[in-house]
Amino acid sequence: MNDKKGFSIDWALFTGLLVLSVISLFVLYSAGDQNLDLLLRQSIRIVLAFAVMFLVARITPDQLLRWTPYLYGFGLILLIVVLGVGVIGKGAQRWIDLGFVRFQPAEMMKLAVPMMVAWVMVKKPLPASLPTVILGFVVVVIPAILVIKQPDLGTAILIAGSGLVVIFFAGMSWRILAVLAAIVAAAAPLGWYLIHGYQRQRILTLFDPWSDPLGAGYHTIQSAIAVGSGGLYGKGWLNGSQSQLDFIPERSTDFIFAVFSEEFGFMGSLILLLAYLFVVSRSLYIAIESKDSYTRLLCGSLAVTFAIYVFVNIGMVTGILPIVGVPLPLISYGGTSMVSLMAGFGILMSAYSNRWFMH
Amino acid sequence: MPGFEIKDVFRETRVFTTRSIVIAILMLILTGILLARLYYLQVIEYDRYSTLSKNNRISVVPRPPVRGLIFDRNGIPLARNIRSYTLEVVPDQVSDMDSLLDELGKLVKLTEYDLKLFHRDVKRHARFDTIILRSQLTDTEAARFAVNRYRFKGVELHARLERNYPKKESGAHVVGYVGRISSRDLDKIDNEIYRGINFLGKTGIESYYEDLLRGEIGFDQIETNAHGRVVRTISNTPSVPGKNIYLTIDSELQRVAEQALGDFRGAVVAIKPASGEILAFVSNPSYDPNAFVYGISTADYAALRDSPDTPLLNRALRGRYPPGSTIKPFMGMLGLKSGLSPAKKNSCPGYYTLTKGGHRFRDWKRGGHGLVDLHDAIVQSCDVYFYDLAHHLGIDYMHDSLALFGFGTKTGIDLNGESSALLPSRQWKRASRDQPWYPGETVIAGIGQGYVLVTPLQLASATSALANNGIRMKPHLLLAEEDPLLTRKVPNEAAILNDKIWRDEDLAIVNQAMVDVTDSARGTARRIGADSLYKIAAKTGTAQVIGIKQNERYKESEVALRNRDHALFIAFAPAEKPEIAIAVIAENGGHGGSTAGPVARKVMDFYLLDKKLPQENNPS
Repeated sequence: MNDKKGFSIDWALFTGLLVLSVISLFVLYSAGDQNLDLLLRQSIRIVLAFAVMFLVARITPDQLLRWTPYLYGFGLILLIVVLGVGVIGKGAQRWIDLGFVRFQPAEMMKLAVPMMVAWVMVKKPLPASLPTVILGFVVVVIPAILVIKQPDLGTAILIAGSGLVVIFFAGMSWRILAVLAAIVAAAAPLGWYLIHGYQRQRILTLFDPWSDPLGAGYHTIQSAIAVGSGGLYGKGWLNGSQSQLDFIPERSTDFIFAVFSEEFGFMGSLILLLAYLFVVSRSLYIAIESKDSYTRLLCGSLAVTFAIYVFVNIGMVTGILPIVGVPLPLISYGGTSMVSLMAGFGILMSAYSNRWFMH
Repeated sequence: MPGFEIKDVFRETRVFTTRSIVIAILMLILTGILLARLYYLQVIEYDRYSTLSKNNRISVVPRPPVRGLIFDRNGIPLARNIRSYTLEVVPDQVSDMDSLLDELGKLVKLTEYDLKLFHRDVKRHARFDTIILRSQLTDTEAARFAVNRYRFKGVELHARLERNYPKKESGAHVVGYVGRISSRDLDKIDNEIYRGINFLGKTGIESYYEDLLRGEIGFDQIETNAHGRVVRTISNTPSVPGKNIYLTIDSELQRVAEQALGDFRGAVVAIKPASGEILAFVSNPSYDPNAFVYGISTADYAALRDSPDTPLLNRALRGRYPPGSTIKPFMGMLGLKSGLSPAKKNSCPGYYTLTKGGHRFRDWKRGGHGLVDLHDAIVQSCDVYFYDLAHHLGIDYMHDSLALFGFGTKTGIDLNGESSALLPSRQWKRASRDQPWYPGETVIAGIGQGYVLVTPLQLASATSALANNGIRMKPHLLLAEEDPLLTRKVPNEAAILNDKIWRDEDLAIVNQAMVDVTDSARGTARRIGADSLYKIAAKTGTAQVIGIKQNERYKESEVALRNRDHALFIAFAPAEKPEIAIAVIAENGGHGGSTAGPVARKVMDFYLLDKKLPQENNPS
């Protein structure tokens, strides 16, 4: 097969991402007490992330396929190193400090795991056979366990999710899926004992936040109040009392949707959700248009993972999901996750450049 | 690529596309769930969350009003508000409470009791509430803490206004005291009015004029952030200070009366006859009302409550005493009104019988007073004359007519808890004891013994009627109220209780007899009037505490101190133009003329002479 080394931008996807980034700056200005310094840092991150996206977009899907096992292996090693450092330091450890930059291996695995699973899947013709599916699971479970050990359940679930989505796209039979679902349902009670006490508390709090309004239920209650009091049209930009008066914890990061929703109301939230839906649909469209199965599987997974991020974050802020540390993609203040996210979009851009009909 | 099996590209694409459709549908469902949830929160439940959001940030801070002050008639403060320092702790801001209390204890005195209350309150309140640790810090303690404040995070020194009674025991039964609102008070008061107010009047004027003194609470609506810090004030409703109250009491006269009564348990009530203004209102022994303001300890309260001298009892208002011979002038008025000739003379052999050879009602004077008319009977306090008079008037007539002097009913003075004492009648005895009335009971009622009971206030009020041409003015303590913001006094109007029903000539006869009680050779209080610069109309009284058997002589020395007779004395002066009417009761004081009389004399001297001297000597 010949790689056509073309490079073009999917302007639709680009526009969607840009719109979300601009929204991010506006919401952050409000959530961060109109701190321009904060805004500047986020702007730099956005620019950097977009640069990463363009950089990754220049890597062809074939190159990516070749690098996949090495990237995955490297990621695993880093995860083990991080765990080792954590054991020595007697505390949770998620970062590798390179002096000038702190690096979170788990973020890299968000891309490396779906890549590796896709790599495994396309070794045999699709739909994937049972042995291939099992191999795919092994590829997913190892890093997931390592991340759980950090401990970072939220990220582990997202990493596992991105890998499992690839297996799903690979045509894993519905029968296996049903059996898996049954196993997960059966194992849920066991899982209840395996997770940490604070994680159990978060799930319990979801069902009755008012049982401990100043403790475990505080986040859930205050963000629900913020969202609910926003009403149909919101309190207006910079006018959300819950946001401006410090009632929402972590309002620049994980709970930034509460700020947005309080100030822009149901209509604003609807528009934001539509913007996300557009980005996801466009990504899915690019996946379908991709030139080969590997790229398709990877892009499909990236699209779905992005959607899961959005759903989990908004679900958590609106109180239908337990509180897990998942930022709202592209809107929340934060570095690493945005870079890995935009790298993912870079892959999508690349897939777009090398799409089916260009052959 | 090498190593890869031959792939059916179209099949693979179809698999992916099918799965993508499933995913797309799933995505739409999830988006729908989120939108449904947002719609539920932001549209359906909007009102609820909107309210919660407002409650979150807006709090109402009460601004308690300044309680009205209480002055005597000359503007001397009887109840005031003084600045007092309290030490308050916010437990949430304290990391190590035990060591904090240890350290604080080195700077200010913390008693076991303080700490007990504090720990109790900490448990009862939220962690970020402010809890009082110590009140009434001395200036030294406040200063010592202020210097070291930086060492105590979460501890605050507050200056608050605290009720204080500068006269302490003097007049305590009139002024009363305020105390912390108790759970029992909460059932009675309107919680809206008392939001943010911690104290209310418990007794005396403080209680009776609570509504005037309290004022109205003000509120600041403030916006706070999640840390409770004030961001801005949204609105404020200023508090309205309570009204200042001027009492009819002359605090100097009050002091003089208290000192005159000395160690006797008893009461002194002095009234201005023309208006009904109470000049002095003494109940002895008294107590220090300041002890009640911040809550008296159980032991101290028990000591007051269980004392045989009952210092908490307001004797002037609620003490019920047999009037003894002080009832005789009033009986005289009844007699004259019913047609008794003042010139008619009765023979007094020293005893009185209803039937020949029946029960002998003895006169206090062995051998009797001989032939006496009404005048002589009052002057010499002849019992037999009044036994006979009562017998002829009958108890029902006595009941109805003595009631015209206010006996048996509350005077309506502006204090809570007044007793109506007891003016007996046939009907009363039937209703309360289911017994018939015996003629002998009428006889002894004629000299103020038996069932008849009066309060010192009633006695003084009745006396003031004699002094005021028979018109009885309503006794009252409120002279004027004053709005502290406008500083304009609104005087309290005098009210008539019993308008003129007595004939002038009858009043003249009785009053002359009362003057002769102090101003004639045979008067029972001649020693009281002997050196007086003004004429005093008076009547002595001695009320038996225990019954004396027939043929038994009463020997003062043999009776235990608390069984001695009560000494009573009523008077008004100057007799020609009365300015003060007074009733004195000295419990177990023995004979009225010798113990209660001098008390009345001292009070009248001070009021009529000492107080006026500086003014008279002043040329302007």
